[in-house]
Amino acid sequence: MPDPIVIAKQLTKNYGSLQAVKGIDFNIYPGQCFGILGPNGAGKTTTVAMLYCFLPLTGGKLEVLGMDAKSQQRQIKQRLGIVPQDNNLDQELTVLENLVIYASYFEIKKKDAEKKALELLSFFNIMEKKDVDVEFLSGGMKRRLALARGLINTPDMLILDEPTTGLDPEARHMIWQHLRLLKQQGLTIVLTTHYLDEASHLCDHLFIIDQGEIIERGSPLTLVERHIGKYVLEVELPEEKQELVLTELAAEIYGHQLLGSTLFLYMRDENQALINRLQEYPFISYQLQRPANLEDVFLKLTGKGLLGHE
Amino acid sequence: MLWRNIVVFKKTWLTNMTFYFVEPLLYLSAMGLGLGAFIGEIDGTSYIQYIAPGIIASSAMWAAASESTYGSFVKMHFQKIYHAMVAAPLYIEEVVAGEILYAVFKAVIYGSIILLVITAFGLVASPWALLTPLVLVLAGFAFALLGMIWTGLVPKIDSFSFFFTLIITPMFLFSGVFFPIEGLPGFVQVAAWFLPLYHAVVLLRSLVFGNVDVFLLVHAAALVLIIILLYPYPQRLMRKRLGI
Repeated sequence: MPDPIVIAKQLTKNYGSLQAVKGIDFNIYPGQCFGILGPNGAGKTTTVAMLYCFLPLTGGKLEVLGMDAKSQQRQIKQRLGIVPQDNNLDQELTVLENLVIYASYFEIKKKDAEKKALELLSFFNIMEKKDVDVEFLSGGMKRRLALARGLINTPDMLILDEPTTGLDPEARHMIWQHLRLLKQQGLTIVLTTHYLDEASHLCDHLFIIDQGEIIERGSPLTLVERHIGKYVLEVELPEEKQELVLTELAAEIYGHQLLGSTLFLYMRDENQALINRLQEYPFISYQLQRPANLEDVFLKLTGKGLLGHE
Repeated sequence: MLWRNIVVFKKTWLTNMTFYFVEPLLYLSAMGLGLGAFIGEIDGTSYIQYIAPGIIASSAMWAAASESTYGSFVKMHFQKIYHAMVAAPLYIEEVVAGEILYAVFKAVIYGSIILLVITAFGLVASPWALLTPLVLVLAGFAFALLGMIWTGLVPKIDSFSFFFTLIITPMFLFSGVFFPIEGLPGFVQVAAWFLPLYHAVVLLRSLVFGNVDVFLLVHAAALVLIIILLYPYPQRLMRKRLGI
C-alpha cells in the first residue's frame, strides 16, 4: 500500500465546552474514495473543515499531503479542491467568472484559468450556461459548477461536504457519475454524507462517526458482511409478540434490531423456510426480504436511523 | 477580493453610481439653493459653495460606510463568499483587506465624481482641489474600518441601522458639513476632533477654497491616527466571527 496522504492522530475539535470531534484517528490513501458517514451534527463537517484547514484543530495531529495542518495551511489549500455544503458560489458573477475569479485566489494566470474553466464546464455539461449569472442556475447545475470550481486548481485531493444533499434523484446520479469518472482518473476523493446509498455507491473505505467518535470503519461491503450478513428480513408486528418470535427464531438468525414496531432480522443467506414459517404467524402484518445494506449497519451500531426520523 | 468586487462593480456601476450620486446632489441643491437663499454667505462665500466640499466628504463617507457594512455583510453572511475564499489559499485578513480597499476605492470614485460636478458648477476656487482624492483615501479608510468593525460584531443585518443612526448620521450633521461648528457649544467642538468626517471636511474645504496652511497637516495626521488605531480590529473580529 502506498503512503497515506492524510494522517489524523487524536484529531480533536472543541467549540467552547462542546466537544465536536473527540480525538479520532484515520488515514486516507491516494486514489481512495473515502467516506465520512454520520447523522447531522455528528462532526462530519467539522472533521473535513479541519482537513481543508478552514478550522484550526483544538488538539491532535493532522498531516495533509505530507504537510502539517497547523503550520502549512496555505500550501495545503493550494493543493486541495473544496466543495462545501452550501455551494457558496458568487451569485453576482457568471458561471465562467466564478471559475476564473476563484482561480485567481490560487494565483493561476487568467489565460490558464480560462482554458481550464472551459475544460471543466464541458466535462460537467454546463458549457451552454457559461455566461449566465449563477443565481439563474438550477440546484443540480450549481452543484456541478461548485464541483468544477473545486477542480480549477487541478487538486491532489477533492473534498466534498454532502455533495448531493437537497438534489433531486436525477441530479444526484449525474453528480455520482462525474465523481466516479474523476475517481477512475485517479483523483483522491473525500466525501461526507448522511446518505447511505451514496456511500455504498461511491466509497471504497469509510468510517461512521457519531457524536464526535468513530464507531466503525472499513469498506461498505465488509461492514455489511461483518455486522449484518447478506439479507435482512423486515417484519412488522405488535410489540408484545416480538419476544415470542425472537425466542422461537433465535437459532435461524444472525442478529436482529428493533425499531418501534419493525423488527429487522439479519440472515447469512436467503432463507425461504424462515419466510414460510413467519407467514404462519397471524399477527405479522408485513414482511420483506431484501439484501442487507449500510443502513442496517448504522441502525445496528447506533440503534437509530441515520436521518434521525425513523 | 478587490478584483472580485471590481468585476461586480463593472457590471452594476450604472445603478450604483446614480444612486450615490443623485443623493448628494439633492442635498447640494436643496440645501445650497433653498436654504442658501435665506442664509446668504458663510465665511465670505455663498452657502452652496460653503457646503459643496462637505458634500464631497460626506458622500465618500456614505459610500465607504455602506459598502463595508451592508455590502460586506451580504457577501459574508448570505452569499458565504468569505467562506469560499478562506477555503482557497487566502487568509481572512487578506479577504478583509480586500473589502476595505474596495470601500476606499468606492469612496474615492464617488467623492471625485461630486468634485467634478461641483467644478462644473463653478464652485471650486483653487487648483489645490486636485489633492481631493488623497483626502478621500484617508477618509475612505477611516469609514471602511469603522464599518468593518461593526460588521464583525453584529448578529443581524438589521443591526446596521444603529450604526447609521448612532454614528454615521450624527457625524454627517455635526462635522461642519452644513454649518461651521465654531457656532456650537465648546464640548461639541472638542468631540468633533474625534470624528473622521470633521477632519475630512476641514481638509477638503480648505483645499477647494485654496486656504492652505500647515495646520491642515494636523487634520491629516488626526485621520491617519484614527486609521492606525482602528486598523487591527476588523481582521481580529472577523476571524473570531467566523470561528477560525
